[in-house]
Amino acid sequence: MSTAPSALPSSEPDPASRSPRALHLAVALDGAGWHPAAWREPVARPRDLLTAGYWTDLVTEAERGLLDFVTIEDALGLQSSHFTEPDGRTDQVRGRLDAVLIAARVAPLTSHIGLLPTVVATHTEPFHISKAIATLDYVSTGRAGLRIQVSARRNEAAHFGRRALPAFRFEDLESPAVQELTLDLFDEAADYVEAVRRLWDSWEDDAEIRDVATGRFVDRDKLHYIDFEGRHFSVKGPSITPRPPQGQPPVGALAHATVTGAPFRLLGRSADLGFVTPHDAAQARTTVAAVRAEQEAAGRAGEPLHLFGDLVVFLDEDPAAAAARRERLDALAGQPYTSDARIFTGTPAQLADLLQELAEAGLTGFRLRPAVAGHDLPAITRDLVPELQRRGVFRQAYEADTLRGLLGLPRPANRYATDGTSTGTGTEAAAPGAAASDATADAVVTA
Amino acid sequence: MSESRKQIHLAAHFPGVNNTTVWSDPAAGSHIEFSSFAHFARTAERAKFDFLFLAEGLRLREQGGKIYDLDVVGRPDTFTVLSALAAVTERLGLTGTINSTFNEPYEVARQFASLDHLSDGRAAWNVVTSWDAFTGENFRRGGFLPQEERYSRAKEFLATVNELFDSWRGDEIVADRESGTFLRDAKAGAFVHHGQHFDIEGQFNVPRSPQGRPVIFQAGDSEEGREFAAAGADAIFSRYSTLKEGQAFYTDVKGRLARHGRAHDQLLILPAATFVLGDTDAEAEELAREVRRQQVSGATALKHLEFVWNRDLSAYDPDGPLPDVDPDPGEHTVARGRAQVRMYRDPLATAREWRELAAANKWSIRDLVIQTSSRQAFVGSPATVADTIDAFVQADASDGFILVPHITPGGLDVFADTVVPLLQERGVFRTEYEGTTLRDHLGLTRPSSPAAAA
Repeated sequence: MSTAPSALPSSEPDPASRSPRALHLAVALDGAGWHPAAWREPVARPRDLLTAGYWTDLVTEAERGLLDFVTIEDALGLQSSHFTEPDGRTDQVRGRLDAVLIAARVAPLTSHIGLLPTVVATHTEPFHISKAIATLDYVSTGRAGLRIQVSARRNEAAHFGRRALPAFRFEDLESPAVQELTLDLFDEAADYVEAVRRLWDSWEDDAEIRDVATGRFVDRDKLHYIDFEGRHFSVKGPSITPRPPQGQPPVGALAHATVTGAPFRLLGRSADLGFVTPHDAAQARTTVAAVRAEQEAAGRAGEPLHLFGDLVVFLDEDPAAAAARRERLDALAGQPYTSDARIFTGTPAQLADLLQELAEAGLTGFRLRPAVAGHDLPAITRDLVPELQRRGVFRQAYEADTLRGLLGLPRPANRYATDGTSTGTGTEAAAPGAAASDATADAVVTA
Repeated sequence: MSESRKQIHLAAHFPGVNNTTVWSDPAAGSHIEFSSFAHFARTAERAKFDFLFLAEGLRLREQGGKIYDLDVVGRPDTFTVLSALAAVTERLGLTGTINSTFNEPYEVARQFASLDHLSDGRAAWNVVTSWDAFTGENFRRGGFLPQEERYSRAKEFLATVNELFDSWRGDEIVADRESGTFLRDAKAGAFVHHGQHFDIEGQFNVPRSPQGRPVIFQAGDSEEGREFAAAGADAIFSRYSTLKEGQAFYTDVKGRLARHGRAHDQLLILPAATFVLGDTDAEAEELAREVRRQQVSGATALKHLEFVWNRDLSAYDPDGPLPDVDPDPGEHTVARGRAQVRMYRDPLATAREWRELAAANKWSIRDLVIQTSSRQAFVGSPATVADTIDAFVQADASDGFILVPHITPGGLDVFADTVVPLLQERGVFRTEYEGTTLRDHLGLTRPSSPAAAA
């Protein structure tokens, strides 16, 4: 473990963290791991999945490896191996805790790592989520973000009873009706991100004045109605929570190439972080080009937008051991594991080679999905990270205290500020009506 | 140590968005930074309090069409703060006020069940209702709920959330590696609710939490509110902190329990109570007067008068006499997002009464508001305050108090350091936590696990 602070004077940039070749690294946390039989491994803790201690241990391990952030999966229904409906299975992990609350529970016990809980836009309130993520940013002193997701599942809609969604199957994805549905859900999610972002800016940074002479606690000219009006909802504002420490916590989304192009369009218009699933360098180039084109079309060509490649990883010092572990888990699960993302099986050095190759194709970082949390997460932090450090492509110590800082994103100006007191280079207010996220994506992952 | 004396329950209300909270004091810290919440929670836990309490308001208050700027403005998200506080405390109960109008049962149930898991059984929900289109403008459904339906929705909301909590018995997860059985029952979490306000079905995705259900608080005071509490709440957050009013409320609400088939000790009555402590009673009285003047500035006094007058009174001198003009008896339009305006049901009578009071005592507007708006519940030396609190509880004016300090975050420290030890010496307040869950602290039985499906 090498977590010693950089020996370089603070005025000198750390070569690894500033090098153009430097990679960003995150892990995606979900239950006992991404393989459906992960919970049956001896190293797994299947009876602890609903405890604070389990999540604290995972995030602390990720922080030990100097990772940029963790994402935490969530959904508004039980896990299912079926694309669009419950599966009634009893041989896989079922039941979970709210991801925002997990992130908040872990925040005071960690100090540098970013925390991105999954938020389902489809059935929740942008007003509630905006203040929840702002508050996560306060309790983590600047390390919050969110990963936005939509839900096309009919059974999840029935948990809320506010709208009826049509039944469909994975094979129907490209049918006109399903395309229309997903476009609509993504439109709504884009509006949702826009409303959340406006609410974060609805307080200027210096709105709280505590002016005893006039008796005024706030300067109400620095509080702003957001007056968001969309097709699915309108939100008046301002937020009840002041602007979070980072100004705008980073917004991420998992996106795949689809016929409608909606997921990539969302990244281009609204996201700070895109999670994409190319299986090789050629696909990575195509994906990066497609997203960058959407970014340009949205008028954000010069702005930072990280594209992280998602990979499921089975990591062992001996490549045969990794392959055998995957086979053993597949046998326990009763079928080979498939994923939207490339499944990597091999050694940390081989993975480092692959990450560098994919980075050459334009990816700025990677979100690794540990096949078995108890095995592959420590393999990432204790074996892969030192390997990347030796190659000079990963930080030797945390170089910033906020998630935006770790990602090299400046603190954005407040879109409502007029007097120049909020500084930074702006994050644009994305136009309402952009498309969002990955309903379809996550369902594929669990298929 | 007297075995027969009623044990007192104490809780701490994080200073809120109202004029009880004095932000102008040099000792006043942030109302937003987590360090303030952590300090406050640690003090409450050091003092062995039952729980910490957070209020909520889902729209910034307005008066005269502008955001009200004289009190503390802004607060963090309730669930997020409580979950973070679970990381820096071990036993303290964590009570959050969550609105049943601008939320949906499935989401609130999973948030409270998650909080209960993540705090090892310390979660509580103060169920509040609202109906106003003003708050609704921040939410998907807008002002959808007629005022007369707010308790009907709240009741069905709570019943539905309980159905979701009970949809897991607590023994479904077996996680047997050998057989590959994770869940004992594929139908775990199954629920169906078809009602007037909610028409939902499916599977709840948070397995049963340590307390089974979080502790339920109710805060309303109307006839409907009292019935709602008697039927389904574990505790009432009331506002009667004087002995006589407290006893009347206590008798009334406890008297309703039998009709709902509930035991006398399964609903706790916990009024909110402010306090000012001094080395002597005289010193405390003097301090209390200073605090009242901090709480009611001239500007605040005028704004307070507007709750009754329902008119713009900004042209009046707070140090001068009360307005000659009568209140506008129409629909209240001046102050928005406040529960307070509903307390004055007959504004004309209140105005008449206040004019007479002011004339008789030669009070200015500010004097009148200082005198008529609630003064501190407990003022005195630590011994006096400990005596008074104990006397209230032994006389069945309450089962304890939710203390509301006026300074953030240190306002509870002196109470913890001086009054609590005296209550402990008398044997009426715990010296150590006996249990681990909030239900343990409050002496509430754990709801029985729903019977296993045949």
